[in-house]
Formats: sequence, C-alpha cells, structure tokens
Amino acid sequence: MNIIDAALIATLIGASTPILLAAIGELVVEKSGVLNLGVEGMMIVGAIAGFIACVTTGSPALGFVMGAVGGAALSVIFAVLTQYFLSNQVATGLALTLFGLGISSLMGESYTGINPPITPKLFPEAMRDIPWAGPILFGHDLVVYLSVALVAAVAYTLARTRLGLIIRAVGESHDAAHALGYKVVRIRFLCILFGGACAGVGGAYLSLVRVPSWTEGMTAGAGWIALALVVFASWKPWRALLGAYLFGGIAALQLRLQAQEVAVPVALLDASPYLVTIIVLVIISSDRGRAALNAPAALGKVFHASS
Amino acid sequence: MLRLEKRPAPSQAWGIGAPILAVVLTMIAGGLMFAILSLPDAGLAAAREAGEIGFGEYVFGHIPVMIARGAEAIRTIFWDPLFHERFGPFLRGQLLVKAGPLILIAIGLSLGFRAGIWNIGAEGQYIIGAICGAGFGLAFYPSESILIFPGMIVAGAIGGWLWSMIPAILKIGFRTNEILVSLLLVYVAESILALAATGFLKNPEGRGFPGSRNLARHPGTDNPELIAGTGIHMGVVAALIAVIAAYVVLNRHMFGYQVKLTGQAPRAARFHGVDPNKLVIACMGISGALAGLAGLFEVSGPAGQISIDFNVGYGFTAIIVAFLGRLHPVGILLAGLLMALTYVGGELAQTRMSLPASAIQAFQGMLLFFLLALDLFTNYRIRGRRREVAA
Repeated sequence: MNIIDAALIATLIGASTPILLAAIGELVVEKSGVLNLGVEGMMIVGAIAGFIACVTTGSPALGFVMGAVGGAALSVIFAVLTQYFLSNQVATGLALTLFGLGISSLMGESYTGINPPITPKLFPEAMRDIPWAGPILFGHDLVVYLSVALVAAVAYTLARTRLGLIIRAVGESHDAAHALGYKVVRIRFLCILFGGACAGVGGAYLSLVRVPSWTEGMTAGAGWIALALVVFASWKPWRALLGAYLFGGIAALQLRLQAQEVAVPVALLDASPYLVTIIVLVIISSDRGRAALNAPAALGKVFHASS
Repeated sequence: MLRLEKRPAPSQAWGIGAPILAVVLTMIAGGLMFAILSLPDAGLAAAREAGEIGFGEYVFGHIPVMIARGAEAIRTIFWDPLFHERFGPFLRGQLLVKAGPLILIAIGLSLGFRAGIWNIGAEGQYIIGAICGAGFGLAFYPSESILIFPGMIVAGAIGGWLWSMIPAILKIGFRTNEILVSLLLVYVAESILALAATGFLKNPEGRGFPGSRNLARHPGTDNPELIAGTGIHMGVVAALIAVIAAYVVLNRHMFGYQVKLTGQAPRAARFHGVDPNKLVIACMGISGALAGLAGLFEVSGPAGQISIDFNVGYGFTAIIVAFLGRLHPVGILLAGLLMALTYVGGELAQTRMSLPASAIQAFQGMLLFFLLALDLFTNYRIRGRRREVAA
C-alpha cells in the first residue's frame, strides 16, 4: 500500500481546514495590532456551539453559523477587556482559553457520544469518482471551499482595498492612525470579532466534520498551532494556506502511519504535529530580517488615546 | 462621557482592592451562572404542566429559585469546605494538598511574568518532572533506602528544568516565541506521559493495566502526610519555602531587582547591564524546576502513581494564581489557597449539587477576567469629561 495517494491528499485538506480558518482569522486580528492568544478557547466554544445547534436543528449549515456566533461571542469578552479596559493582551488571551475550555465542557455536558447529522459533500458522486482529481478537487464540503475563498478575500482586502490599508495602518502605528482620525478601538474590536468568528467556524468544522462528535478539550492544541501558523506565514494570507496544508499533511500522514503500524512509537507520531510546529517556528524566527519586517509594529501594544 | 486618565504611579489601594473586588464579583457572576444551569426548575415546570400556575407566575417564580440555587452553590464552594461540621475537617486538609502545587508553580511563573518572559507550559514541565522523579524512584525498586526520595526530588526538579530549557534556548538562540513553544511542549509531554504509563514505567505486576507501580504505598518512594489530618506533605513545605525565598530574592537580592527592572523598563535594564539572555535562562529554569518539583510531589503523594491522566491542570491554573496574587509572593500564597478552595468546593458541589466538574474551570477563568478588568483602576483614573472651550 502506498504511503501517499489521492485519499491522503484529500484527508490532508480536510484536516487542515480547522487550523486554516482559525489562522486566517487570527492573521487579520494581528494585522490590526492585537495579539489574541485565546484562539484555542474560541475554537472549542465554536465547536460545542456549532455541535449543539447542528444536533438540535439537524442542519449542518446552521451549526456552522452558530459556531461562528459562539466564537465571536467569546471574542467579545477579549475585545472589551483589551480595548476598553486596556488589559494585558497576553494574560487576557490565556484567560480566554482557560474560560473557553471550561465553559465548553459545561455546555457540552449532555452532548457526548452523539453523532451529528452528516455535512453533505458539495459535488455529485460522479465527479468525486474521477481518479486523483475527484477526491482532491471535488471531494469536500462547502466549508473547505469557503475557507480557500476566505484566504483569497482576506489577501485581496488586506493588500488592495482601503479597508485593508486602514487595518494595516492601525496595526503598524495606532497613534498615527488615531491622529488621522481612524477609530482605532472600533476597528480593532471588529477585527477581533472577525477572528473569533473564524476560529468558531474552525472549531465547528472539527466537531461536525473531522471527528465528528463532541469530547471535552477536543481541539487538542489546534488553536495554538493556528497561532504558530500566523508566525510561520509571516502574516501573509496565502502562506498561511500553504502552512496549514503542510501541518494538515503531517497530521494525516501520522494517522496513516499509525494505522499501518509502522515501527515508530505511537507517542512520537502523536507528538509529531507539535514537534514539527516547533521546528518550523525555530526556522522562521531564526531568519532575523524576515520575521521582524513583517510583524505588525504595534502588535500586542495597548492603545490609550490621551487626547 | 467618561474619560481615562493615566495615574502617575499605580494606585496602592486598587492594587490590593482589585483582587478582593474581583473575587466578590466572580461570586455574584458565578452564582448567576450556576443558577442558570439549573433552569428550568423541575417543580415549577411540573406545576405549569398541571395548570396550577399561570405563565407569569411560572416565569417570575424562577427568580427566588435562582437566587437560592446560586447562593447554595457559592456557599458549597466557599464556605462548606472550611466550616461544614461533617466534611470540614477532612476538606480543610485537602485545601493544602491542592494549594501546594499551585503555589509552587505560580511562584516560579511569577518571576518570569514580571520580567516579560512568558512560560505558559508549566503543565508540561510538571509532567516531565513527575516522570523523571518517578523513574528515578522506580529504578531502585524494591529498595527502601532513605536516600531514594531525596534523589527523586532532585530528578524531578532536573526533569522540569530540562523541559523548560527547550523554549529558553530556542528563544535565546533563534528568537523563537517562548509562549508558543512552551505551550506546544505540553502536548508533547502528554504524549510522553502516555508512553510512560503504558510502556517504560508500566507496572510489570499491573495485570496489563496502564499506570506505574504505586509510589505512595511503597516506603522509600512515598511522600507521606507529615502531620496527620492536615494534608501537609513535603510539597506543601516546599511551596512555603518557595514563597519565602521568592520574597527575599525580589526584595533583597540583585536578581530580583533585575527581574523587576526588566519588567518595568527593558531599555533601562540593558543599560544597567542586565543580560536578557541570562534572565531568560534563569526565569524559565526556576519556573521549570519548581513545576517539576510540584509534579514529583504530586505523583509520589496525592496522585500516587504515574497514570495517563494523573495531571489535572495545575500548571494552567497556576497562571491564574500568579496573576490573582499580583505576581507577589504573599499574594500568590493567598491566591493559591483561594484557588484550592474553589477546587475543593467544586468537588463538593459536584457530589452534593451534581454541578459539572467543568463549571469550576469556567468559574476560575471568570475570576481572571474580572481581575484583568479591574486592573484598569490600578493604572488609570476615571474622570468625567470636562466641557472644553472651543478654540
């Protein structure tokens, strides 16, 4: 049996979608100069909110919408604390993750061991049966295609539109942006909400499609990998896509190796996505010029307009 | 309109008042959360079903029910563990058992947090410390020599220290973000723990069940209660020593001064001759070693053995403890006791009110939110907006 085939690449795309969604949302947040370390918390709240909505209504579409709402709702706490109460972003982000993990297992108490309604594939079976191209290009559900479209939309918006310019200006120098008359706090607030919604959809994709069921702490570090991905991507949307598919590939590959009982300890395979993330982070950050040039200058700094 | 005005110096009163107010607000919000969890009330729903009460009565009837329910939850969590006639004596002992590791880890973390070095992977260092310490003890099994436990303590501290050196060295050598690396290493440590419990540390006489030999029930490797009924074991003693040592270091020692200076003015610290790399190594190393110690004391005492899930998230809760204690040793001591109270009370509420275990985690997160919000008043003053004369 081959190690790499069309099915593996198809799995890879599915496995990367949650972290891709979370990463692209966080990328926008960081571009606006805010470091939200609560991605893991927003993802898991999105996962349970989407799961509950999907199970109760039977509609996967509504599940994803509620996933976005759940993630965004949690991010409101972060936005209010960091933007209006001027709290430390690192500490607030950590608190958000801890709170998200707690509140999600509270919400999901009676939802363990249930299978959600199946999210339909977008294309008809005949197209999915085409060798190679079928499973890779046509074998997914709508969310996968939307996630790629979202990357394109974010890349375009940030690079080519006035809105993108404003977001970047706020992230590079909030004082200058403020002096120009832009509402720094309002813009950042909306970016944080966008990031929360993206992370929520990513979480819902985990609980509705990838696993699909609900278990406590099921994101298992996906949010942190998404955060690492933003650094890996040097804050460039298309590179985030590349990075996400790379990580997804490792996750898919290690699962396949486990299934084939290759003579590598299971623990090492389990840890491989995290280890690879660390190695990639080291490689990226050791390149002094690149990492420093692209990071938003005001990232993580508290903005307080004195006048 | 209200306006924020930066204080020339942080307010002392708010520095102490904010954590207390945060606890009070968390009790109110938490009570509300627990009350909402019990909705809709079964008794009222049955009455409504039977047509005994109208819709309005059904809705408003919930208000007293919710107040009672919330108050009961708060009393169960904060009061009963200390003062309940029947459970009190046992639960008071549990308080120190849980506060010990929290304080020990939080003291280490607070040094780094003060200097802007974010080790948030204490959970991983805790696990690796426990594995190394337990591994040392089990290597000499079935010897009951009194030298084994001291050796385990050293091995535990070294294990946690080594695990924390990975993010530290990567930060110094490659400027890699220590937040992400230390956190990702928690998941790697969990994989190693699974491997240890099912593989290299598995009890050969365990009939195939995962988990190591029981350390707590074997003389030589055990970490017993020092004074019966109080819950004080070596880890609690170590935590108290850490509090005192941290206090002395921060107030009377050059290293403590450098830590504080780097946190408040990194540039000034550089001119003063503080080597930022050495500071990273020292802060990460101390927090790692203390977390490793906490893990070793836990696995040889209260937990008893290496099992797949012997760790219960002390490494993460300690982050809340460090902030709630204002990164100050005495504050951390008090915050650790308070957080231990929520653990003990949470378990009590779980059995007596069938409150889910995870509710306590959400409750602890909420506490940190309120604290972070109230911190605003430590650094800023709220002023009504003056009408300014049009220029």
